[in-house]
Amino acid sequence: MSLTELEFQGETTGSGPVQVIQGRSPWVLAWRRLRQDKVAVASLIVILLLALLAILAPVIAAWVGHPPNTPYTNQGLSSTGLPVAPSSTFFFGTDDLGRDLFIRVLYGAQVSLLVGFVSTLIGTVLGVAVGMMAGYFGGWIDTVLARSTDAVLAFPYVVLALALAVVFGPSLLEVIVVISFFSWAAIARVVRGQTLSIKEKEYIEAARSIGASPMRIMVLDILPNLIAPVLVLATLAIPTAIVFEATLSFLGVGVQPPTASWGNLLSQAQAFYQTSWWYLIFPTAFLLLTTLAFNLLGDGVRDALDPRTERLFAAQRKRGRARSKGAKPAATVEGAS
Amino acid sequence: MTSPQAATPAAAPPGEDDVLVRVENLVKYFPIRGPGLLARTVGHVQAVDGVSLELRRGQTLGLVGETGSGKTTLARCIAGLIPITSGRVIFDGHDIAGLSRRAMRPYRRDIQMIFQDPYGSLNPRRRVGSIIGDPFAVHHTASGAARKRAIQELMERVGLNPEHYNRFPAEFSGGQRQRIGLARALALRPKLIIADEPVSALDVSIQAQILNLLADLQNDFGLTYLFIAHDLEVVRHVSNQVTVMYLGRICEQGPKDPVYEKPRHPYTAALLSAAPAADPDAAAARQRIILTGDIPSPINPPSGCRFHPRCPKAQDLCHEQDPPLETKPGDVPEHQTACHFPVQPGEDLTTTSTIAAADASTGTGGEGSSLTGGAA
Repeated sequence: MSLTELEFQGETTGSGPVQVIQGRSPWVLAWRRLRQDKVAVASLIVILLLALLAILAPVIAAWVGHPPNTPYTNQGLSSTGLPVAPSSTFFFGTDDLGRDLFIRVLYGAQVSLLVGFVSTLIGTVLGVAVGMMAGYFGGWIDTVLARSTDAVLAFPYVVLALALAVVFGPSLLEVIVVISFFSWAAIARVVRGQTLSIKEKEYIEAARSIGASPMRIMVLDILPNLIAPVLVLATLAIPTAIVFEATLSFLGVGVQPPTASWGNLLSQAQAFYQTSWWYLIFPTAFLLLTTLAFNLLGDGVRDALDPRTERLFAAQRKRGRARSKGAKPAATVEGAS
Repeated sequence: MTSPQAATPAAAPPGEDDVLVRVENLVKYFPIRGPGLLARTVGHVQAVDGVSLELRRGQTLGLVGETGSGKTTLARCIAGLIPITSGRVIFDGHDIAGLSRRAMRPYRRDIQMIFQDPYGSLNPRRRVGSIIGDPFAVHHTASGAARKRAIQELMERVGLNPEHYNRFPAEFSGGQRQRIGLARALALRPKLIIADEPVSALDVSIQAQILNLLADLQNDFGLTYLFIAHDLEVVRHVSNQVTVMYLGRICEQGPKDPVYEKPRHPYTAALLSAAPAADPDAAAARQRIILTGDIPSPINPPSGCRFHPRCPKAQDLCHEQDPPLETKPGDVPEHQTACHFPVQPGEDLTTTSTIAAADASTGTGGEGSSLTGGAA
């Protein structure tokens, strides 16, 4: 400590180097760590590719020449009226109406990613606001907000979604509203806990002694410390939202045909899985790949933002290896990460 | 880089205009809530119980006492960070106790705090420039290039390299972080700085640098300090006036030299005897007063004089009557002591120490905890 102090004094008294020193922000450091993580990078590439395919779906449809809702009754259906298998005309085969499954899966990706991102965004903003207010203000505000959070978490969400679909009619908007409504509570609970602990830090006291308003303290002093856990939660909330959308569409209370969504594709494919494997396999594979990629990315983001957890896991792995090797201690720590 | 000795201006006679802060009978009780949803209040932590003191302009008041004596709570009450239970805090002629956040705002500029923990008091996610510039932003006093210039001037003034404007707190050492905290406190040119154990988390060599910087800044800006510490030598070095607290009350206060050289309260005497002396001969010759037991719980403080269960001079009167804080015969008028049986100069308190202390000193290993004066 004293050494650095001395060093530093020497710098100021003499003519120090006149160059602007830009501190490496925690975000830059986290990004560097994330780039080291091969699985996370692979997941990110998969997600970006998928997003690109979804955005370019109309372009691809035009290029292939198959609009998503056009049935090709001659080429797209066999003589017995069944879907045709994947070929150079129909990359993923066709569905029971003779529509191009490849194009429909891409359009389904649009819906899935849209619902995933939008409802997670709404849910996160809501959850952070509620959790931060509950944690910061405490008292009756906390009681009200924390109890409503618990109530939402205890709700049978499929039942509510069914009820809402009956009342308002199933639509994309309804799906987003329902998923947002059920995703904020989990985030609010974590944010509340984090806020409770950050609130007791001396720098919050320092901000209050300066005269900063509660709003300013929450936005400038608490929020930056919440971004790491919230980012992890949000990354992991996206695949949940995508699966939720698929579930709702599968049950018929989500996105309605003829609009393609992975959920309603799966629902329709149920009747044909014995004769047309591709009808079930491709939407399932896309759904699986997407959720897996988001989950793995979420893990990577968590490890990058909080290196301590990674070290914890590494230590556990090391311990596990030591146990499996018997009394011989594990010498290679490097391999654990 | 700073003068080796802290300047201690001679104490002027107290006039009304001299007093920057007057605390009158300040009481702070924290309620203890019972279990269950309705959370009934089942008791109170009597953190500060009827404290009155005065801070004079341009001077330093040292506040000492064991952990749990209510020093920090008192500081936070004066700074208006927590609402007080009763009493008055008069700052510059205005009662600021119980003001709303909005009404308190103009006074925030005049009262600033320096915190104990140089790691906890700076937001790890914000750049140093943003932290020091926070007061300017909150009070809309400077913006843009003017703010940046002001921040860099402040950094230079407290001995930081202004080029480090864009760095994060994690890139600084403990002493440098405390300088950052000091720059933030100075930003609004306050009249009063409340320093809550500003050096106790630092290396001894860095402590001296920070203390000298504090003294320099006091001279330059005419600051008034309320300096909280449990290191008696540090307090002696920086203070003009000293107040000794025990369990939420003041047991002795007065100008530095009389209190240190002629302590009248047995607690002050015990604290001073426990403080390490720099001179080994003096240390060897010193008679240490051993206090038994721990500081009692502030939830249920002892009756009468709060110090009586641990006091070597305690008599029946002590647990029946609360001694008033008054000037004892033979002391200077400002030197006040709350004790029925004040220590006489030259009196040896070690001879009247209790049995447990005798056990401890003979090395028979008396059961239970026989603790020393508590000052680290």
